[in-house]
Amino acid sequence: MTASPKIPLLEARDLVVNFYTRGGVVQASRGVSFQVDYGQTLGIVGESGSGKSVAVQAVMGLIFTPGHIEGGDILFKGRSLLDPAGRKFVRQVRGKEIAMIFQDPMTSLNPVFTIGTQITEVLRHHMGMTKDQARHRAMGLLDMVDINAPEKRLKQYPHEMSGGMRQRVMIAMALACEPRLIIADEPTTALDVTIQAQILELLADLQQRLNVSVILITHDLGVVAQLCHRVAVMYAGRIVEVGDADQVFAAPVHPYTQGLIRATPRLDVVTERMVSIDGVPPDLISPPKGCAFFPRCDQAKKACSRMQALVELGDDRHVSCWCAAKENVR
Amino acid sequence: MTGQAHNRPGDSPLVAVKDLSVLFDAGRAGFWGGKRLIVHAVEKVSFDIHPGETLGLVGESGSGKSTTGRAILGRVPVSEGQIFFQGKEITHAGKNQVRELSRDMQLVFQDPYASLNPRMKIIDIVAEPLLVHGVVKNIREAAKEVARLLELVGLPPDAGARYPHAFSGGQRQRVGIARALALKPRFIVADEPVSALDVSIRAQVVNLMQDLQSQFGLSYLFIAHDLAVVRHISHRIAIMYAGNIVELADRDLIYDAPVHPYTRALLSAVPVPDPPVQRARQRITCPGEPPNPLNPPSGCRFQSRCPYVTQTCRDAAPVLTQRRSGQRAACWNC
Ligand SMILES: Nc1ncnc2c1ncn2[C@@H]1O[C@H](COP(=O)(O)OP(=O)(O)OP(=O)(O)O)[C@@H](O)[C@H]1O
Ligand SMILES: Nc1ncnc2c1ncn2[C@@H]1O[C@H](COP(=O)(O)OP(=O)(O)OP(=O)(O)O)[C@@H](O)[C@H]1O
Ligand code: SF4
Ligand SMILES: [Mg+2]
Ligand SMILES: [Mg+2]
Repeated sequence: MTASPKIPLLEARDLVVNFYTRGGVVQASRGVSFQVDYGQTLGIVGESGSGKSVAVQAVMGLIFTPGHIEGGDILFKGRSLLDPAGRKFVRQVRGKEIAMIFQDPMTSLNPVFTIGTQITEVLRHHMGMTKDQARHRAMGLLDMVDINAPEKRLKQYPHEMSGGMRQRVMIAMALACEPRLIIADEPTTALDVTIQAQILELLADLQQRLNVSVILITHDLGVVAQLCHRVAVMYAGRIVEVGDADQVFAAPVHPYTQGLIRATPRLDVVTERMVSIDGVPPDLISPPKGCAFFPRCDQAKKACSRMQALVELGDDRHVSCWCAAKENVR
Repeated sequence: MTGQAHNRPGDSPLVAVKDLSVLFDAGRAGFWGGKRLIVHAVEKVSFDIHPGETLGLVGESGSGKSTTGRAILGRVPVSEGQIFFQGKEITHAGKNQVRELSRDMQLVFQDPYASLNPRMKIIDIVAEPLLVHGVVKNIREAAKEVARLLELVGLPPDAGARYPHAFSGGQRQRVGIARALALKPRFIVADEPVSALDVSIRAQVVNLMQDLQSQFGLSYLFIAHDLAVVRHISHRIAIMYAGNIVELADRDLIYDAPVHPYTRALLSAVPVPDPPVQRARQRITCPGEPPNPLNPPSGCRFQSRCPYVTQTCRDAAPVLTQRRSGQRAACWNC
């Protein structure tokens, strides 16, 4: 199954995910579209609750009741992951061609088994390896993520390792099935900054060496700047701006992206006063009708409160803002 | 307002910490439980904080930042060393003295979700210290004072009648600050006050803290992971590693001319949110992890990760020595 170069590795189209909670329907994804090309790293940034995790959980089939995917599609190499007819394809893709790394490795590592047991289990189950093959390969994987003395490490339990070491093990497990796409949901948020730097460097190095695609979720614009080719900015269940990372950082178009960049203090710049964005993000149970950023936006126009804008600015840059629309029409 | 040198000679410090060590008993190990486990949380830490000054305290998880702050506030027992407030020794303050001191010294916590009692209305949360210390005579007076405090931190006047869950993270942190300010303290230990907040909200709280400082001449011990925020708010910065202060310097010296290898590695590890700039930055990798606090190495605590390590570093622990004016570092070779 070779995909034509035109078809992206992964594409989400107008994804709608709702959670039916006691307080009301939480509209976690309100028409999310993005794509990831071969060998590319896409960063998804946004504040807490903006819907970053839900979007990739939908890709991984990790939306459970009370959540439901109620619209849109997810295509891997051009084939739907949501089509009930393609179950076999989906099973092969999730966990094998797409692997996921979470913020807290303890949630995905089993505390009662050694990491050796856990990695070899994956290899035997998904790759059909014998015990010996799996063991050999597991050592190779640990070596790949710069864990030394792999034999010794394989015998350890997760709680015997530091947070950084566990995250390396998670990356090794993610690589076990030679995935085409790795989704990392805040892989370094819980780690100290020097350990974060080690893990980010490792991810960047593996991405290049193995030419895998990566979706990296983070709320740290610095991490995006260091690692990502493209960036998607999420706000209140939608992607408000997406494009080449250099371009988005150099000339952000959406007022929220602008605000986020201005609000992020920089190590290399001293300012008299930090800049904030007034107000707070909207409640996803009853988000504003038009642009969700409208109530906090200092560039808002009348149209903004009524309808969301979708503007294509060329170079694969998309912005959902009426200000951008006006400039583009001119 | 920021960046001023507040440690003018002759200015007597508001808070003085001298050779502070805090050890925790972490139980026993070994088959017969024969070996006592001691956590070396803070070891021989010294610094001053002057009136109106912010000292930033930075370091990785477990480096002893919170313990240092809590020791000053009398919330953990001091194993060795001395702590002075306004020239008076408070190292082993008893319950009553700690309570009395809490008028002058307050704590603002990291987690705006966990630090407020969910069953208490905002007005009661903020009024509590006023009533406990008898600053106000009755509920009416308390309500008036709370309204003033809420306005001071930029919360709506009706906020008092609501419960914490009705507020966003940034607003809850304002409530925490209003409560800390209730007794008109001179010194606040802010333990990661913005770490749990989103970027767009963070600045609101940092700006508020700076405004209150210039308004009331408050001093802060500002504990944080985020070096960019610390650069913004601090006058001087102390870098902690494994229980020790490895460098203590004026704000800009830390960033423009760091001396200690750990300071340099730490700064280099923080990515700058600007792709071309970040790509061009020279990165110093710092392999490995901090030492086990139960069993730290003798000599320099950073030796296992340091590119400049020599035998001297293994033999003896370096102490802070003067480098540039306004900059001290603890390293044998740098
Ligand atoms: N299982 C669930 N039940 C109910 N609501 C949910 C569930 N999972 C997510 N949500 C809601 O969906 C919205 C988006 O959540 P999501 O976890 O995707 O945010 P996020 O951008 O990943 O935030 P964070 O940065 O805090 O991880 C939030 O309002 C959240 O409360
Ligand atoms: N009450 C306690 N009993 C035993 N050990 C403790 C106690 N409090 C702290 N410690 C230990 O002391 C060391 C320093 O902890 P501290 O909380 O001061 O670090 P920190 O720098 O504030 O870290 P973080 O950034 O994670 O908040 C750690 O090893 C910690 O496990
Ligand atoms: S004292 Fe030695 S080991 Fe410690 S930081 Fe300096 S050079 Fe490195
Ligand atoms: Mg998330
Ligand atoms: Mg702490």
